[in-house]
Formats: sequence, structure tokens, C-alpha cells
Amino acid sequence: MSIHLHNIAKHFGNTQALEPINLDIHEGELVGLLGPSGSGKTTLLRIIAGLENADRTAQPGKILFGDRDVTNVHVRDRRIGFVFQHYALFRHMSVYDNVAFGLTVLSRKRRPSSGEIRARVFRLLEMVKLEHLANRYPAQLSGGQQQRVSLARALAVEPEVLLLDEPFGALDAKVRQELRRWLRHLHDELNFTSVFVTHDQEEALELSDRVVVMSNGRIEQVDTPDELYRTPKNRFVFEFLGDVNHLEGKVTNGVLTCGDAYWHVDLPDGHAELLLRPHEVRLTEQPTSESHLPVTITAISPVGAEVRVELEADWLAQPWLATVRHTDFEHLALRRGQRLFAHPRHWRRFPKAESKAAEQTRVA
Amino acid sequence: MSQLATWRTGSTRVLPGFGLSMGISVLFISLVLLLPITGLFGQLAGLSLAEYWAIITEGRVVASYMVTIGAAAVAAIINAIFGLLLAWVLVRYDFPGKRLLDALMDLPFALPTAVAGITLATLYASSGWMGGLLEPLGFQVAYTWVGIALAMAFTSIPFVVRTVQPVLEDLPAEVDEAAMSLGATDGVAFRRVILPHIWPALVTGTGLAFVRSLGEFGAIIFIAGNMPYETEITALMIFVKLQEYDYAGASAIASVVLFVSLALLLAINVWQGRFVRRLHGGKG
Repeated sequence: MSIHLHNIAKHFGNTQALEPINLDIHEGELVGLLGPSGSGKTTLLRIIAGLENADRTAQPGKILFGDRDVTNVHVRDRRIGFVFQHYALFRHMSVYDNVAFGLTVLSRKRRPSSGEIRARVFRLLEMVKLEHLANRYPAQLSGGQQQRVSLARALAVEPEVLLLDEPFGALDAKVRQELRRWLRHLHDELNFTSVFVTHDQEEALELSDRVVVMSNGRIEQVDTPDELYRTPKNRFVFEFLGDVNHLEGKVTNGVLTCGDAYWHVDLPDGHAELLLRPHEVRLTEQPTSESHLPVTITAISPVGAEVRVELEADWLAQPWLATVRHTDFEHLALRRGQRLFAHPRHWRRFPKAESKAAEQTRVA
Repeated sequence: MSQLATWRTGSTRVLPGFGLSMGISVLFISLVLLLPITGLFGQLAGLSLAEYWAIITEGRVVASYMVTIGAAAVAAIINAIFGLLLAWVLVRYDFPGKRLLDALMDLPFALPTAVAGITLATLYASSGWMGGLLEPLGFQVAYTWVGIALAMAFTSIPFVVRTVQPVLEDLPAEVDEAAMSLGATDGVAFRRVILPHIWPALVTGTGLAFVRSLGEFGAIIFIAGNMPYETEITALMIFVKLQEYDYAGASAIASVVLFVSLALLLAINVWQGRFVRRLHGGKG
């Protein structure tokens, strides 16, 4: 079931939680709403679910599930599944009763027979690999298991749309990773439309077909993870999607200077601020004629596919982060306190005015 | 040997002051609670079993049990319904004057019960505001068991509100929302999700209110009318015996109230313990 949002806005008292938003989510898509806290992503999800009402203004917003206008439909009739960050399981019911809840509250006419309910609940519990815990109470389960129960409970009513509010936020890293993979798998298998909220860019990029980046109640960009990472529309998106190094200085005659550091760039004269990803910084022992950016290593973290090196210099307001391949790391024999020279491979510049999303990208 | 050493130094306990605080607590309980109860049993020692039985089964006294228990039961049921409603309103909604209403809840605890009794009696007497309205309709409150139940409900409503309130606060609104997102109507969500959660607290609060009503005296006697066999409460029977300097008889009746109250409180505790254990996965 596709989801269409037209002109959805929301105020809480005098604060605007959402500016009028338009968004189309295709059938069978898995979409991540990504943003910092207070960006309005949860509000948007709750409006889609019907747990919150959008503002009723002169031009009221509209929510469509496929062709069905659900703007004024109560949450219980929207046929959605909602998964809460803190599971919201019914603590006094067994796992089985939790999953069966949505079926047992159906009106007598639409309710399946008790044998059918039993079969369906066990099929769902099997899917979430919890059939052996059917008689346990939620308090007897781990966080990951509880979230799986909550997912099975939401899926029991065969929703057209599955909505998840920071579903893995309260779990530890390893369980989170496992559940993420498992949700993706489930989504591909059952082919429902899902929207989930997260503040974790890695989670959003890994899991989603498309990501909606939000800040301050606005949609900043909607794109596939790949496009989003390669061509961020504005500075906010670029900065939110990963670590960023800032280089600020004055350009005169094609040379950017900042303290005793200088660098040849192809930019008009005046103030300039350039942004670089950690992997776009190269480290050498000698300066070149093109650049002279002396830095000192203050911390080294060799965990992962690349070595992360923290760099400081008196011409830098904030320390830089660079990633180095393990072979280069050994080759350069990096150690804390060592003085090196940084060379930007690639950089971006976003105009100060956020609204004009013109972007300049150069390869140095 | 080593056991003795740890016992002496008390080194197995990290929190200090257990001996002192426990000692003072036990002393205090002994002085305030156990000593008067022991005195009560001391008085009973002067009676033979047959005499004791004769006193507590005397017709007028038995009638007072019926009046007290019946009125207390009605008061407890009224309190269960309205106490739950009040707690719900106080927890789930925001409205101007909420803090004031919250503070008002404790008024029956703070107000001298005799003041409450006199107020209710004047209000519901045939010349009072409410009495003047109700009596032409053929509904008499003052000097009937209805008045007794009313006074009991007044003095014991905080028990229900104050036991249910924290438990309701503990129930996240998300659980409600989850039930609705699964298609439950308001009624079903309340019956199957909210009520089971607050049920133990509601029963405890109602039980406490009931036990409190069994022993209430000051608020009731002014409105009860105190007609033998009809509107006499058990607490009044104790008072009458005392006025006749029949201390043993008073103690005998008092012991019945005491046993019933204790048995009820114990039952509530045991039952609630079992329920709570289930909610907390056998750990609580």
C-alpha cells in the first residue's frame, strides 16, 4: 500500500513541530525517517499512524493509503501496525496473548475461529523464532525478544503499512545489528510498506530503500542511501550523514590561508569554508608545493576496517578525523604526537544560505 | 569462628546503622501498635470463653456488624468506581486546577472526622441543603444506612485514589496506543489492557477503604441516627460499652473488628504479592 502525504503540518501549542510536508512512499518500500531529536520525524510517523492529528488549517493536509483517504480515520481503523521503541507489550499477558490480541479484539463477525487464531499466532511466533516462549510473560524476555514479540503482534492483524518508532533504539549494538538484518529480510519476504524512524544514520542507510532526512520539522532530502551519501543536497545532510572536517580560511589569489597553514585552491577571493570526509584526508610526512597543512596526531583507534586518526593543529578550531588503511598505517608508522601533513583529496562547499542548495564539489 | 567474627563486626553489611534503625523501629512499633493491642487482650483475659461468645453474639451487636459491613461494602464499591475515575482524570489529563484537585484528594485524611460528620449531618438533615432537596423525593439520607455509607465513602476515598494513581502513572500511554493500533475499541482497551494492569492496586485501595470504614466512628455517628438494630455501627457499640465502664465487653467487640481487619489486610497482601510476581517475571 503506497502512502501519500499532502501538506501535513503540526503545531504543539506555539511551536511548529512540522512545516507543511509532502511525501510519497511507494508500495512495498522500506523508508527511513532520519534526523536529530526534535526534527519532527516521530511526529510525522505518529501522524501517518493516526496517533496524532495534523493541523486543521485553511488548507488541511491529506493522508492517503493507496486511494483510500485516511486523514480522518481513527488509528484503529487505519489497518497499520505500529512498533514502539519501548515495545509497549501488555505486561499482564503471555507472549501468545500479546500476539493474539489484535485478532481477539476483532468484532465477532470478522474474528477468525480460535483454532485459526492459534495457528496464525504460532506461525508468527515461528517467524520471529519465539514459539518456545509462547507462555512466558514479557518481563521474562530480553529486550530483543520483547521487540520481536511486539513486531509479531503488529503483524498479526496483517497491516497494510508497518510503522516503527526507533525500533532498535533501546537495544544494545549486537542485538540491534541482528534485528536490523532480520527486519530487512522480513520486509522482503512479506512485502508490506514500512516506515521507520531512527536517529542513527548508519541504520537508516543500511536498512532503507529510501531515506527521508529531516531537521527542524522540514524534509531536507529524500533519496536512496547511495545518492544521499554521494550527493547531499545541503550542508545539513552532508554533516548529519557522517563525520565532517572543517577547513575555514581566507582565499587570496587562489591560496587559502589559515594561520601558518596554506593550500592552493581554485576559488574566488574571500572567506571560504570547506568540508571534508575523514577518508578524503591523506597524510604524508612532507608538505607539497600545493599544500602545507601541518597537523599532530592526538589519538589513534585501530578498530575496524580502517584506522581512525585524530588530528590537531593550532590553525584548526576543531580536531580533524582521518581514516587510514591499515597497510598505510604500518607503512607510515603512525604514533601519537607525530607531526604530519594533511592533503585534502576531495572537498565540498555549501553556501551559507541553506535554502539555495547549490553545491560545489572539487577534486583537489 | 569466622562466622562469629563477621557477626561481631557486622562486616557483611555495607549499609551502616542496621542495628540502630531496626532497634528503634521495633521499639516504636511495640510502643505504638503492639502495647495497646496487648492491653486489649489483657482486658479480654478477665472473660471466660462463654462470656466472650455471649458478648460478641448479642443481637444488638450482631445487627451492628451487619450495618457496618453492609455500609462499608457499599462505600467501598462507590469509592472503587469514583476513586478510579478521579485517579484517571488526575493522571491522564491536563487541566487548570489539577494541582488543587490533587491536593483536595487528601482532605478527608487531614480533616478531623468529627468535623466531616457534623458537616455531612447538617447537609443531609431534612433542613439541610441536600436533605431539603432529596427528602421531598422520598429519599432520606441522614439517619439511615445510606448516610452511614456516605460518611464512610467520604473518609476513605483517598485510599483508592492514592493507591491507583501511581500505578496508572506507571502505565505508559504507549500501551494504550498499542491496543488501539491493533484495532481495540476504547472499551476493550480499558477492559483488557488498562484494568488488568491497575486491578491489584484498585483491589488493594478498595480493601483498605473497606477496612478503614469498618473502624470509622467520628464521621458516622452524627449522621447515623444510632437507632438500635438499625443504624448502630460496631464502633458505636464499643463506645456504648465503654460509657457503661464495661471495659471487657468493649474489648471483646473491639477484638472482633481487629481480627476482621487484620485478616482482610493479610489476605490483600498475600493476593497482591502473587499478582505482582507475575508482572515482574517471578522476580518481584
